Amino acid sequence: MTAAFLILATLTVAGTAAAMGLRNAVHCVLALTVGFAGVAALYLQLDAQFVGFTQVMVYVGAVAILAVFAIMMTHSPTPVPLPAYSRHWLAGSIVAAAVFAVLAWAIRAGSTSAPCLPPQPGISVQQIGDALMHRYVLPLEIMGLLLTAALIGAVVIAMDRKEESK
Amino acid sequence: MFGDGILKGLAETARNFFGSYRSKNRLTTIQYPEERLPQIEAARSFPFLVYDGADWQQGMRCVACQICEKECPPKCILIKKSADKKPDATGKLQAYPAVFDIDISVCMSCQICVEVCPFDAIKMDVDYDLPTADRFAGLLLDKQKLSKSNQYYHQIHPTEAAAVDAALAAERAAAAAKAKAAADAAAAKAAAPAPAPQVQPAGGEPR
Amino acid sequence: MTQTLDQIFVIAKAWLLGYLPVAARPLASAVLCVIAIVITFPLLFAITTWLERKGLGRIQNRLGPNRTGPFGLFQPIADAIKSLTKEDIVPLTADHAVHFLAPLLLVAAAFLAYAVLPVGRNMVLVNLNAGVLFFFAVGSVVELSVFMAGWSSRSKYSLLGAMRAIAQMISYEVPLVLATVAVIMQAGSLSTVDIVNQQATYTHTLPHWFVFTPWGFVGFVLFMIAATAESNRSPFDLPEGESEIIAGYYIEYSGFKFALFFLGEYLGMFATSGMAITLFLGGWAAPFSFLTWIPSYVWFFLKLLALIGFFIWIRGTLPRLRMDQLMNLAWEFVLPMALLNMLVAGVWHFMPHGLLRWLVCTAIVAIPCILLAAGLKRKKKFQVRTYQFAE
Repeated sequence: MTAAFLILATLTVAGTAAAMGLRNAVHCVLALTVGFAGVAALYLQLDAQFVGFTQVMVYVGAVAILAVFAIMMTHSPTPVPLPAYSRHWLAGSIVAAAVFAVLAWAIRAGSTSAPCLPPQPGISVQQIGDALMHRYVLPLEIMGLLLTAALIGAVVIAMDRKEESK
Repeated sequence: MFGDGILKGLAETARNFFGSYRSKNRLTTIQYPEERLPQIEAARSFPFLVYDGADWQQGMRCVACQICEKECPPKCILIKKSADKKPDATGKLQAYPAVFDIDISVCMSCQICVEVCPFDAIKMDVDYDLPTADRFAGLLLDKQKLSKSNQYYHQIHPTEAAAVDAALAAERAAAAAKAKAAADAAAAKAAAPAPAPQVQPAGGEPR
Repeated sequence: MTQTLDQIFVIAKAWLLGYLPVAARPLASAVLCVIAIVITFPLLFAITTWLERKGLGRIQNRLGPNRTGPFGLFQPIADAIKSLTKEDIVPLTADHAVHFLAPLLLVAAAFLAYAVLPVGRNMVLVNLNAGVLFFFAVGSVVELSVFMAGWSSRSKYSLLGAMRAIAQMISYEVPLVLATVAVIMQAGSLSTVDIVNQQATYTHTLPHWFVFTPWGFVGFVLFMIAATAESNRSPFDLPEGESEIIAGYYIEYSGFKFALFFLGEYLGMFATSGMAITLFLGGWAAPFSFLTWIPSYVWFFLKLLALIGFFIWIRGTLPRLRMDQLMNLAWEFVLPMALLNMLVAGVWHFMPHGLLRWLVCTAIVAIPCILLAAGLKRKKKFQVRTYQFAE
């Protein structure tokens, strides 16, 4: 429970809470981006450099941009003022409390089985690369296939619209 | 060759860059206000009043006929005719403008006042260095500021000024010759006493 | 003696840190390095604005600024005073919080990128194991700030400019990273210090820079094209083209915030140039082994100035690319060439040394390059427009 962890955890929780609480959709995405950055900083604090920088590059650099593009393309230009809190707050709080209880129980049950692990040596990028190419090559290839399918699907969708508008 | 367009372009700009330090052709900037481009003779900025001789009030050619005031499209000229008369260059008594104002913030340099003036009194100046801190009174030129000598007119528009001077001299010579012929005829008439009624020729001659 | 001159800043920092207690030394060391970066690169920014205006002027057959100080050398100071004293106008319907934060985020991201550039021997702010990845991660934050600037102004032109800018930046980020992958493959490490150390060796006075190999040369060219597009510089400056969209996503900014955008853009240009120097041009290493007596940081800044001069030269030469031409160039030329470059780097690594290696690798990049370029020049068949109501 170092000071760095407390600060970063507060930042992440505040960012994601703001992402749920703010009215303006783009503000929500920007607050979520702060949450992403907080998670990346937590990875860095755990000495996982590769994962931390990849988190910034992928989430802040690409996913956040994707989210704001989506909001901008679909939302109306004048933001409709919605009430900040939903009418069904009681049911929502019960569900949130239940999910929190399940997660807390799962983490506690998992951590008591192997308490206080000895500090691991730092994982280098070379080791990650070796693991990806030897042990986890099948998930890597499946992921590549999935991304290719997504790219082709995007191109097909874009092409269809161009032919319709002719 | 692949990529030769970009390479040729880069070579050209490099030639421009290094050439601008060596030859004046490549660097054509005139550093105003220390250097100025020479003006052509037909340049014009705003009108001015011409005066002959040394005294600007005595030698002013303008007789306040007010044609330029009427013809000016944006109506930037204000003329008030004087009550008395003064002799002009040929000795004839003419009126003169008591007030002659041109507002150069309105003037559009169209030169119509110059074209319609029958007395070659108003001509176009070439001076564009007219900055002032007061944008209303500073840009309203009165009679004194507008009067510039015939020598100045010769400086800025030499061929035009020479042509105007030649035309004016020819007119004065013709007028003098006519006056002399009329004086001779009057003297001959006074010398010959035969009172035979004769039809007098029409006296008025077109100028 | 040359060794001392080379390490003068390191020695000075160690001497300064000697006055502090041991517990405060890491933090103080970082703070000193940060101060050095914050002073050096904005100063370089001021010099670059002067160079650009004079250089572009001479290329365009005119003098640049020459009234403020001798040869206009005080022009950056005049520009700074002007931008500081201008009125800060924010549109009435703009989103004030986001409008304020966008230039800050841009400048912060641009400054962060300098943390992994080795400016001289033993002169890097932090030697990260994944330094190159950190650099590109920080570079991708710039796109978010561009979006924030464009969207918060609530103006059609700024939004349009932001869209174009983000599309361009994302399209060119892929070839940028792929051109780097070839270097990483060869160097075997993501750390910038390791990459430079590998290039700092000599064989018979000739250096081992990566740009002197086929894959390194092609990678360098592709990296420079992508870097020009990433910093929105001519000929890729359609998002901020002054004659088209009048400053694009930062139209509604005035005064100091505009100066911050300008600063952030130029800092990004320096950072990507610095990364190009680190990856391909040997970082702080001298070009010939008999020139190593000149300090390492001098070499780095000389190379940086050379690249900046090249950027200015290109700006004065090439016309602006249209948006569709820009995108076609990215996806149909630069990206396939970057992928081929990776293949060539692998072939280079596994083939035995010699002339055959050079010929094979050069053939693998040259032939597709010419074919792809011919494909780009192919004339598009445009439809004949039929007007319905104009008869």
